[in-house]
Amino acid sequence: MSVLALEIGWGWMLAFKALVILMIVPLGALVLGYTFLLKMMSHMQSRLGPMDPGGFHGWFQLVGDGLKFLQKEDIIPEDADRRVFAFAPVVVVISTFLMFVVIPVGPVAVVANLDVGVFYALAVSSLSVIGVLMAGWSSANKFALMGALRAAGQLIAYELPLLLAVVGVVMQAGTMSLQGIVSAQQNGSIFGWSGIGNPFIFTQIIGFLLFMIAAQAELSQTPFDMPVAESELVAGYMVEYSGFRFLFFFIGEFGTATAFAALAATLFLGGWSLPGVHGLSAELLGPLVLFVKLMGVAFLMFWVRFTYPRLREDQLQAIAWKFLIPIALANIIITAIIKVAF
Amino acid sequence: MSTTEQPSVPTNSGPDFNPGPDFKDIPAFEVDPGLQRHLADARVNVELDTGDMIINLGPQHPATHGTLRLVVRLDGERVIAADPVIGYMHRGYEKLTEFRTYPQVTTLINRIDWLSSFANEVPFVHAAEQLMEIEAPPRAQYIRTALTELSRIATFLLFLGEMGLQVGALTPAFYGFRDREHVLNLIESATGGRFHPNFNRIGGLKDDLPWGWIAETRNVMKIVLDACDVFEDLVLGNEIFQARTRSVGIIPGELGASYGVSGSNLRASGVDWDLRRDGAPYLAYPELDFEVFTHPDGDSFARYWVRLQETRESARMVLQLLDKMPAGPIMAKVARIIKVPAGEAWVETENPLGQMGYYVVSKGGTGPFRVKIRSASFSNVSILPWMLRGVYVPDVVTILASLYFILGDIDR
Repeated sequence: MSVLALEIGWGWMLAFKALVILMIVPLGALVLGYTFLLKMMSHMQSRLGPMDPGGFHGWFQLVGDGLKFLQKEDIIPEDADRRVFAFAPVVVVISTFLMFVVIPVGPVAVVANLDVGVFYALAVSSLSVIGVLMAGWSSANKFALMGALRAAGQLIAYELPLLLAVVGVVMQAGTMSLQGIVSAQQNGSIFGWSGIGNPFIFTQIIGFLLFMIAAQAELSQTPFDMPVAESELVAGYMVEYSGFRFLFFFIGEFGTATAFAALAATLFLGGWSLPGVHGLSAELLGPLVLFVKLMGVAFLMFWVRFTYPRLREDQLQAIAWKFLIPIALANIIITAIIKVAF
Repeated sequence: MSTTEQPSVPTNSGPDFNPGPDFKDIPAFEVDPGLQRHLADARVNVELDTGDMIINLGPQHPATHGTLRLVVRLDGERVIAADPVIGYMHRGYEKLTEFRTYPQVTTLINRIDWLSSFANEVPFVHAAEQLMEIEAPPRAQYIRTALTELSRIATFLLFLGEMGLQVGALTPAFYGFRDREHVLNLIESATGGRFHPNFNRIGGLKDDLPWGWIAETRNVMKIVLDACDVFEDLVLGNEIFQARTRSVGIIPGELGASYGVSGSNLRASGVDWDLRRDGAPYLAYPELDFEVFTHPDGDSFARYWVRLQETRESARMVLQLLDKMPAGPIMAKVARIIKVPAGEAWVETENPLGQMGYYVVSKGGTGPFRVKIRSASFSNVSILPWMLRGVYVPDVVTILASLYFILGDIDR
């Protein structure tokens, strides 16, 4: 299929892919953390943000923060369930790693082009809640426990709209493979005009909005950040974590944000595809195109995060069950009718 | 008594050391079998009782503005009972005033409500002036009024941002701090202290206003009025903020008054009572034209709304004061060493947090004999156990934020 795949041995290819995946999570977390947390938020809130470290606009700040976390003392509470406590951040980060396995960045550049790609990505993303529950339970702290239970309640409420929002895309593309969805968008046409393909954001705008809202809840970002709720639960399930274990949660948070932004870009904005670019140039440009789209989606996510107050737990459940799920079901029905009619 | 007459105390060293009976000689502690059964039952009950969880909000908690501690009994997320524990920051100011001279006391009472220090000084200085039967000259009164209103604006700007932070929005907090900085700069340029001006003297003020202060204040008042518009759009108009604050933490007007709640908290419950207008006339307030805002709802949203309107009104009052500012001296004729004749005086003022009063008892001399401080927050938080029954944990934070207390004002 591709030049690359033929010349490099299977084992080396796998090792290379694993290395890329291992690097992309901390790297994505770093880029998103720097761009949005340090720079965009500072501009929005009219504060300086770190400007000194590293010379140019304080680019070194997050690396320095990471190094600081590494040299902190590793504190485990006396009453904590030590093994569960230590393993919880790893579970959170692993779920992020696993999500990147199916996200394509080019015609062949994907670790595993699963036939059930969307299904796999969404299923794996919710694994992180197990890590959160483990963290909250094992910390032997009431604030942490409440945060973890809130996270679990939130997951049950928001996994459904997240899945239902994607169903419309899957129906329109006729496949659950992410590669298939991308090529369906690339080769599609809007009322016969195939100039830019057919990014599903035009036909599935309701699905896109639902996906973004539910993803915000899945990432526990404002307005759905009750599991960490600084002003109520101090830091929720993370309250007892320090040093590199806390860093793991941080990487997990921003890495998952990267993954969800990439997923949204793939499902609704055409992923790596650029109109009129095919073959080897698509292979080379793909990662860059996906990155630009991903940053656009992430900008929306973080814009909302820095603007809105936090909902209450019961209000969140009400929104999910009374508002999002009925709309998602209606969206599916309308999509099905249109699909059959045309 | 000489040392030889003291009874000998056994020590664990020296020749007289008596280690006492060996551990093996002590019979094992036997529990009555009936009692043991009860203990086992109690253990099982404790293990199976999933109803209540007791959680300590504070003394170190971001929502308690310092060291307020709330012992909260929870059923899931719902509060069954809440018990505020105060006193972690008690500094004994009422007692300390008895060992200070009158000019020294103003330094202390600056620290009661540290966000609006200047407003704290006014009633005490006023009480001393009443006892001495002197009055500060009109220019000093006007400057005092302007600085009091500025400290009210600074306090409320912090509240307007802080309330957003407590319901989960990070951005308003920074806007609040940013715009409050302008006001603090004004206070600093006039008095020399950002937080603790210590600017009042008995009989007047320490200094006159610096050159250019009035023009600068006019500019800053524009910034404040703009900031109020921003808060109205960003926080008050936000649907999520309204969902979080409407009908949360309702104080019925009569109940609030009977608990001693005062200030904006009471006005938000529909009680039209403002000491600047309704109390004994003080400072330049009788000569000012201002409106007192009330809101019929009495919930957290109403408290935010009332404080927002009062911030605007204060800015307008400052502008009025600048227009009317009389010329003249800033100190009355006062002896170098201040001696206050015997007598008693009670002065209460409308401070940013509510009604603040000093009952000063003088027996003649350079310092007060006894000072009773009536601070607003102490009475405002006394209604907390009533308010917090049956609300959710996030609402606890909303209610604490909307009551807007300062720990120094509670504990003194």
